Amino acid sequence: MSDVVEKTLTALPSLLSLDSQPGSAKLSTHSKLGNLIRGITELTSKHEEEKLIQRELSSIKEQVSSPSTTMRQMKELMVRSIYCEMLGYEASFSYIHAIKLAQQGNVLEKRVGYLAVSLFLNESHELLLLLVNTVLKDLQSTNLIEVCMALTVVSQMFPKDMIPAILPLVEEKLNHSKEIIRRKAVLALYKFYLIAPNQVQHIHNKFRKALCDKDPGVMSASLHIFLQLIQENSEAYKDLTASFVTILKQVVAGKLPMDFNYHCVPAPWLQIHLLRILSLLGKNDQSTSEIMYEILDESLQRAEMNHNITYAILYECVRCIYTIHPKSDLLEKAAKCIGNFVMSPRINLKYLGLKALTYVVQQDPKLVLQHQMTIIECLDHPDLIIKRETLELLFRITNAQNVTVIVEKMLDFLRVSKDDHTTIDLVGKVAELAEKYAPDNEWFIETMNTVFSVGGDMMQPDIPNSFLKLLLEGFDSVEEDKKLRLFAVNSYVSLLQGEPNKLPQRFLQVICWVLGEYSHLSKDVEPDVLLRLLVKLLDTKSCSNETKTWVLMAMTKLCSGGAALSVAHEVSEMYGSSMDTVLRQRVQELQHLSQDAQLQTRVLPQCASHKPVEVDSSLSFLDGFVSEALAAGAAPYKPPHQRQEELSRSKALSLEPYGLSLPISMSSCSVTDRQSPTLLSMSSGLSGDSTELSHKGSSTTLKLDGVKRVWGREGYLAQKEPAEEAAQVEASSPLQSSSQKADEDSSHSQTPTQTPDSEHEKQQLASSLFVGLASQSSGSVGGKSEQTSQRFRRKARNQDKPLSSSEHLTNLLVSPSGSADNLLLDSNSSSDLISSPEQTHVHSLDLTAANGTCDAEAELPDRDVKGLKSPLSRDASVPAADFTPHEDPDRRKDLCLTSHLPAALSGLSHSEVTLVCSDQSLDLSACHVQKDESIEFVVFIKNSSDSAAHRVQVQINCEELEVSCVCDSTAEELKSNSVTVCQYFLTVKRPSVSFELVGMVYYQKPAGSLQTAQFSYKLPLTSFIRPLAVSTEEYGTMWLAYSHDTKQNLPLMSGEDEPLTATLNVLKTKLQLHVVEIIGKEGIVACCLRPDQPCLVHCRVHAGMLAVWLRSPVPDLPDCLLYHCQRALQEH
Amino acid sequence: MIKAILIFNNHGKPRLSKFYEHYNEDIEQQIIRETFHLVSKRDENVCNFLEGGMLIGGSDYKLIYRHYATLYFVFCVDSSESELGILDLIQVFVETLDKCFENVCELDLIFHVDKVHHILAEMVMGGMVLETNMNEIITQVDTQNKMEKSEVCAGRYCRSTCSCCISCKEHEPPGNAQKHQHWRHKHKSAKFTFLQIVAARS
Repeated sequence: MSDVVEKTLTALPSLLSLDSQPGSAKLSTHSKLGNLIRGITELTSKHEEEKLIQRELSSIKEQVSSPSTTMRQMKELMVRSIYCEMLGYEASFSYIHAIKLAQQGNVLEKRVGYLAVSLFLNESHELLLLLVNTVLKDLQSTNLIEVCMALTVVSQMFPKDMIPAILPLVEEKLNHSKEIIRRKAVLALYKFYLIAPNQVQHIHNKFRKALCDKDPGVMSASLHIFLQLIQENSEAYKDLTASFVTILKQVVAGKLPMDFNYHCVPAPWLQIHLLRILSLLGKNDQSTSEIMYEILDESLQRAEMNHNITYAILYECVRCIYTIHPKSDLLEKAAKCIGNFVMSPRINLKYLGLKALTYVVQQDPKLVLQHQMTIIECLDHPDLIIKRETLELLFRITNAQNVTVIVEKMLDFLRVSKDDHTTIDLVGKVAELAEKYAPDNEWFIETMNTVFSVGGDMMQPDIPNSFLKLLLEGFDSVEEDKKLRLFAVNSYVSLLQGEPNKLPQRFLQVICWVLGEYSHLSKDVEPDVLLRLLVKLLDTKSCSNETKTWVLMAMTKLCSGGAALSVAHEVSEMYGSSMDTVLRQRVQELQHLSQDAQLQTRVLPQCASHKPVEVDSSLSFLDGFVSEALAAGAAPYKPPHQRQEELSRSKALSLEPYGLSLPISMSSCSVTDRQSPTLLSMSSGLSGDSTELSHKGSSTTLKLDGVKRVWGREGYLAQKEPAEEAAQVEASSPLQSSSQKADEDSSHSQTPTQTPDSEHEKQQLASSLFVGLASQSSGSVGGKSEQTSQRFRRKARNQDKPLSSSEHLTNLLVSPSGSADNLLLDSNSSSDLISSPEQTHVHSLDLTAANGTCDAEAELPDRDVKGLKSPLSRDASVPAADFTPHEDPDRRKDLCLTSHLPAALSGLSHSEVTLVCSDQSLDLSACHVQKDESIEFVVFIKNSSDSAAHRVQVQINCEELEVSCVCDSTAEELKSNSVTVCQYFLTVKRPSVSFELVGMVYYQKPAGSLQTAQFSYKLPLTSFIRPLAVSTEEYGTMWLAYSHDTKQNLPLMSGEDEPLTATLNVLKTKLQLHVVEIIGKEGIVACCLRPDQPCLVHCRVHAGMLAVWLRSPVPDLPDCLLYHCQRALQEH
Repeated sequence: MIKAILIFNNHGKPRLSKFYEHYNEDIEQQIIRETFHLVSKRDENVCNFLEGGMLIGGSDYKLIYRHYATLYFVFCVDSSESELGILDLIQVFVETLDKCFENVCELDLIFHVDKVHHILAEMVMGGMVLETNMNEIITQVDTQNKMEKSEVCAGRYCRSTCSCCISCKEHEPPGNAQKHQHWRHKHKSAKFTFLQIVAARS
């Protein structure tokens, strides 16, 4: 605290009387707060500060709880608590008083109260429920300031399940005469949309109205919502493109009032927002893009370079132009703009220019070539952020020819960088590049060594995993593999002979594994010498227990007779009594295996081949143990979700807003039926679940918004394709110009006499960095080196794929002691170590070996599919895309397939038979049949090829549904052009808005290879809904018994009948609900999924809306049903 | 969306922290510390953008900051916000503070945390930019403050507060007053540098 300003704070109280307001209420506030602050600034240590604040807090605590404290004093106390909380000290005792202040104070005290609440609490805080009534009251207040405060606090945080209570009031505010209220209401509704999209579904039209609001402020607030909505589903809002363009046109032309100008630029933030929206709308859509070309051109021209904010607009323009369907003259202008950014002396602009380059490099690699010298300069920029951004750009243009230079630059940066986050990110990138483009073994191993030593223990665990997997699985030629492994072994031995205690733990683990597995390949390394090295490693203090287990595993593999025995003995003496059970376990293994050479060769065969390892995932070997435990009175196992449910059930409080202020006046009802502890919080959590589906989607799209992810797991080529396409679409002949460019480059570097030395260096760097880029842009495949890299790349991707599919398995590899699964295996294997060597083989084959083989299995289906499609797209989603049904043949087949319906089902109504998947030999179609009480799913398998298929087997899975087989689903032989039918009985396990059945078909062709095909089938919840015929009395008793509920206002239908009857009839016909009774303005409706899964609906006409209240004993069901009710009424 | 707005001084003392997303209290403090650590290391002539640290959400998040005299203003935003746009928003925020407090300095922020929050609430609401026009923000804050004044005058405390005010001045020892003058002087000079930068940046 040496700051001058802070030191002089000692004289504060006197100052304060002069400073700012002369009000003495202020003075008393500040003298106390001032005392506190002065006290803090005088302190020298953190410890003293802690003591002082604790003292302060206890004095605040005393005062807030004293009944004589006035609201005014309370306000002052709150400010002090806010200050303490800001410094990181908890003042939870004041939370309730903050709520009280918001409730009872006058406008100003209320303001502080609300402020304190919004700083102290969060959405899930239980005290927040006490605020609901205050918010309701203030929303209805005639005082605009109170309404504003309520809206502000609502948008900061509001309990999700309480939204229905205030939603109508907030909606009302959209029509308020004051612009500021409308604007805040729009943002509050947006917030509601973010946390509970289902609940505001019905007001999408109002959002559109807000967009047309006469006040530009309200309109710009509504853009937040549209940006989000369009991100989620751009198709639905294409019709608004013209409106957005018109708005932008008016803004750019300066039609808005002068108030909206900022540094003479008309409403810049509004422009930025609009440009973002336009880029989303125009993405991959030529006709929509065409609407906006003109305004984009105008925006580019209007934004003169004079102020920061115009650059912001320009940057958005450029991004928009590169995102939407390309137009050559716009692209040209945008490219010029990017050039200006990159060349700018202002660092912020340079940064954005690099970002823009990174963004467009896929479409327009030429642009990077144009700015290569600037990029080279940026590599040596003093600002690390600029450097990083440059590396990011280089990462995207890496190919087999420039990989060594780029990786070297990255490693240079890594050695300087201190920031963990950057390190982790960059290490991952280097590893990815190394695997993909490594020119030779030595380089690869050395680069990975640097990665491991620089990345340390922070890096992503999948980097060492995939590295080991790469070593294990090897490449195409055995000779190559051997060389690579040998080189790795030699390099690691020399590392261990150096200073191993300086290496990070992860690296040591990798070294241990490699040495254990492959040291036999090297003739120069004596096993005894190696063992000594490992023992030395074991003795280093810095070596963690986890690493020690790896060392021991390596030793177990290496120990074979002779001197090794004594080493093993020595080590087991040392660690046999270790506190770490895993360590002890490994020592035991080492000891036993080193003594029994025969057992060792059986358990740990050298060159572990890829034999499939059977893993008993059901843990059936524990059955005996479990039944014993059960017999001894242990509680049966419950899956985690069940435990959670029970836990929350026992904890749940009755948390309901006061009935009176609810828009739905069912207070009497809610009082009587809330005797048992209700599960409001439960049901709200569940309603969250149901909404989460769409929410999750939104969060991922949001992430993708930034910069195109060019490097997926699938690698580079798949993405390169569209880029090339785009390049070809461009009118400016890319082939010629780029080759010219390349010529220019080479001529540049060939005339070094004129350029000074440093310049020459840069030129050389440029030519090495940007080599291959020109050829890439013209689409021509490079020469020899390109081809070799091709081979490397394919290998790398081969092993890339299974990694993702079996990540959980590979994780075992990294933490042998960490995971519980593994411990289970360990303890098991230790007891069986001697008695059943067979099983030991499975476990101690070393987990990596197990991994490799499992992965090999997982890869099988993939390989089969490969034949069907181009090798370029080995994306998991592609098979599904490949099998998309074709409209016409589908119709044709429908007729003939229907005749194959089982006789028992033929009379019943069934959905259209749709083709779900087809490959060279099988066509799979499916439909569902509605029975009175159930639903059956029928799969038709038709052999469309000339040869028979054998052992056709279908497996169907769905998380939310129980699928049971009605008739045998396997067919020994399916002759050519014949059809077999599988029937499944579906019941709902967990309700969901719609269900997706995922199925696999396995069959064998005469040739013998096992073929698989995947398909999916979607069913809405409505197919499961059946009317439930109950009497009003029965309904009454059932209503009271159910705990999961949800409420919502729905629109009423207008028709010839009474609105209520008309609406209920729509629901009845569309959703097959049973209308139990209608009395006046109320109606009760019932339905069920199964007789034991009912759902009751209580409807009531209120203020022109239909207030519905759904209840069910099944969690989630009310929410899902409500969703379909909304849909049904909307569609009507 | 804006995830958090932080203001701290050159020593990392928090002067204002507002989170629009819920974090654990300890995490909040860690975020402030980490952000300060990241930001304070940077030279004056480097760019104003930083990639978010580990805590606040990794590479999808950006820290956009400005440094004025003794204070750092840091906005933590996700990728849906325009970098330069936010940079100017910070400028608007500071200029608004300057108008509201008539030559704002660090002390104003310390002693009027609540006021600063109220001003901020008119600018950013629930993480969304509500208003970017300085005059509009000031109008909103002023209407609220007007109520304050009218209430103070109308309130029954009015007389007693006035007398208290006078008595305080009377009892002030002369030595203290001198000290205070001295302080005032320094204080003003601090303001001056602060403003200079405001002027230079705008």
